[in-house]
Amino acid sequence: MTNTTPVLQLQGITKRFPGVVANDRVTFDVGAGEIHAVVGENGAGKSTLMKIVTGLYPPDEGCIIFKGRPVAFRSPGQAIAAGIGIVHQHFMLVDAFTVAENVILGAEPARLGVIDPKTSVRQVSELCDRFGLKVDPAARVEDISVGEQQRVEILKVLYRGAEVIILDEPTAVLVPQEVEELFEHLMALKGQGKTVIFISHKLDEVLRVADVITVLRQGRVVGTVPAAEVTRERLAEMMVGRPVLFDLKRGPAAPGGVVLSVEGLTSVNGSRAVLDDLSLEVRAGEIYGLAGVEGNGQTELAEAIMGLRPVTGGRVTLLGEDVTNLSTGEVRRRRVAYIPEDRHRRGLVLPMTVWENVILGVHRSPEFSRGGRLLFRSILSSTEEAVRRFDVRLASVLAPAQTLSGGNQQKLILAREFRGDPGFILASQPTRGLDIGATEFVRQELLNARDRGAAVLLISADLEEVLSISDRIGVIYNGHIQAEFGRDEADPRTLGAYMTGARTARREGGSVAS
Amino acid sequence: MLSAEMLASAIRLAVPVIITAVGAIYSERSGVINIGLEGMMIAGCFTGAAVAFYAGPYAGILAAVAAGAFFALIHAVASVHFRVDQIVSGVAINILAYGVVRFSSLSIFKMATTTPHVDCLPKVTIPGLAAVPWLEPLVSKVSPLIFLAFLLIPFTAWVMNRTVFGLRLRSVGEHPLAAETLGVNVYLMKYCGVLISGALAGLSGAYLSIEHTQMYVEGMTQGLGFIALAAMIFGNWMPLGAMWAGLLFGFAQALSLRVVTEAVPYQFIKMVPYILTIVVLAGFVRRSRAPAAVGVPYERGEAA
Repeated sequence: MTNTTPVLQLQGITKRFPGVVANDRVTFDVGAGEIHAVVGENGAGKSTLMKIVTGLYPPDEGCIIFKGRPVAFRSPGQAIAAGIGIVHQHFMLVDAFTVAENVILGAEPARLGVIDPKTSVRQVSELCDRFGLKVDPAARVEDISVGEQQRVEILKVLYRGAEVIILDEPTAVLVPQEVEELFEHLMALKGQGKTVIFISHKLDEVLRVADVITVLRQGRVVGTVPAAEVTRERLAEMMVGRPVLFDLKRGPAAPGGVVLSVEGLTSVNGSRAVLDDLSLEVRAGEIYGLAGVEGNGQTELAEAIMGLRPVTGGRVTLLGEDVTNLSTGEVRRRRVAYIPEDRHRRGLVLPMTVWENVILGVHRSPEFSRGGRLLFRSILSSTEEAVRRFDVRLASVLAPAQTLSGGNQQKLILAREFRGDPGFILASQPTRGLDIGATEFVRQELLNARDRGAAVLLISADLEEVLSISDRIGVIYNGHIQAEFGRDEADPRTLGAYMTGARTARREGGSVAS
Repeated sequence: MLSAEMLASAIRLAVPVIITAVGAIYSERSGVINIGLEGMMIAGCFTGAAVAFYAGPYAGILAAVAAGAFFALIHAVASVHFRVDQIVSGVAINILAYGVVRFSSLSIFKMATTTPHVDCLPKVTIPGLAAVPWLEPLVSKVSPLIFLAFLLIPFTAWVMNRTVFGLRLRSVGEHPLAAETLGVNVYLMKYCGVLISGALAGLSGAYLSIEHTQMYVEGMTQGLGFIALAAMIFGNWMPLGAMWAGLLFGFAQALSLRVVTEAVPYQFIKMVPYILTIVVLAGFVRRSRAPAAVGVPYERGEAA
């Protein structure tokens, strides 16, 4: 299976940034025609390493040998010309252009500067056929799904004749079905003799798709191992540097009274119903996990509950009080914690300091301000305490929130939202993009809150997450709860059938289960 | 009311708006807002008339194009290279052009606000069509720049949609980082877009002074540069749309010149085309779609 001739060799790559060694004598070989995974926690140096390989940064020390010859790319353009292309985690696509235009941009098939659209569409569709990547070359990028957009990125790289294709966290933006398709594409690329470097921190995926795995920790190579000879537990330990608990500490749930009740909720977006007669209940002391493929109303449900989206029908009740269409401020005053799905846009104000973010929304409380004047001593001590309690790693509470890593930003949001012991917690994609350590932390905090008697509504596209910490599980499809399960009745296959709409509307085990 | 004379007058008044608006498309599609069009037109007006006075209309027109491009170069250096806010830089160009022109006029002609009379380009008459009575005002003794303006429309559409240059220009206005990672020279494209817009604004100025009035008069642009920007937006960043918007404005202006009534003071009638522009912009612009990265300065090696 694995070809042993190395196509790409990294030898002693070192890169220093002020105050940190991002890559420390990184050395490993990537065999021709293999799928080589590079795994590590956020901040382990994976992205920096790939930026060095593709010519975005020069290495401080060390050299890269590509096809037996040392290379030093000075721009991504040179790297791709030589045959190394990268698919970024955040796509670099022009939304207003067609698929074909995006693919040919910068390397247009043209005569005297004039492009023949038919030729470019034909070339792109030939490329699609050759690698089994299904996408319509004439469609506009803004009209196609995220999975298809990723295929366009892969096509861009293939169009330029890349032999080594680097994918940076390619599954972070995909739904489970799209991940399956991506893996098929990667296998197809491998079948055509391409070499794939797969950057990830999701161990299950890596173990499924990779031939060889290199683990990075704090900028250093911990080891390069064949995927067949390593377990998930061992990999996690290599990544984190200590054994990782995949089973969180959780006792049996002790559900109390109903805290959140959503009855027949309906909301429209233009002429389309994004929430369609949606009903669910969350009790004190339980975690209700909402599973579903993204775009089926999860975002809208969270917004409707939080007063960010007008509701056209139905009711939202919090502790027996009707809060339908109340303002966000009025909802939040009812001991509600909200972890938004997009922490950059809604969770934090990134350019503002840590302490400003911590008091955001509660800045008017007498603890923090008097007569329009902020009480700094009280704010700072409270911030310090919150930061300590949630183990937020930062240089200073006076630094802007954007200087924190993703995991620490999320912990900062928890520190703000969990103040004052919330009775209801709405957690939307709470661990998206977080590394193992931070994910473990956030999930444990949600469990702890539930044990303190909070009602938790967990909205997550990560089925494994829903299954691992929920007490009850609902599946949302087309803005409607199609089925509910007690935690022991649910299995991924059944959930998957409801998530994709293969099976619909059923209700069972709806009441209390643990 | 809708006579051929009226239509011909509307077209003559629409042409400066159309030429400048088409130029603005090049700049905006590359992601640079060019609010300095008015100043670039003023520069074109004066330079065109002044050079035409000494060297004839052809040289005048070329000089006007160069003058517009020169002020555009200042805008490009400031807003692309030094990432000065594009609005601030554009406003500065407008003030600068006004001052430079007044100073030059005073020092060359000893008159701050006008130049002497200049010759225009030979008028063109289309032989066959001019015989048709109804078409006669539209096709006989017409400035060649009017034909050029209408040729610019399909040409620009073709450049944008069918050429490598157009594709790259648009990519830079939509997603410069994506373009850069594919080897497109983002700065070069933005410079091209801004310079073309300045050159066409200069040409439009030359049309006003050499062809339309046959002399330079201070204030003759009457805010047409801003109207052109509005026409470009109303036309949804497309040449054909800009043309229709320009014609709408020209028609309103032609109409306002012909309405003579005791009931409404003359000044109010003169306002009509401008009010129309505001109403049209407020009513229709919501449906239009700007380049995604317009107005955002691009820094090389940012993010990624």
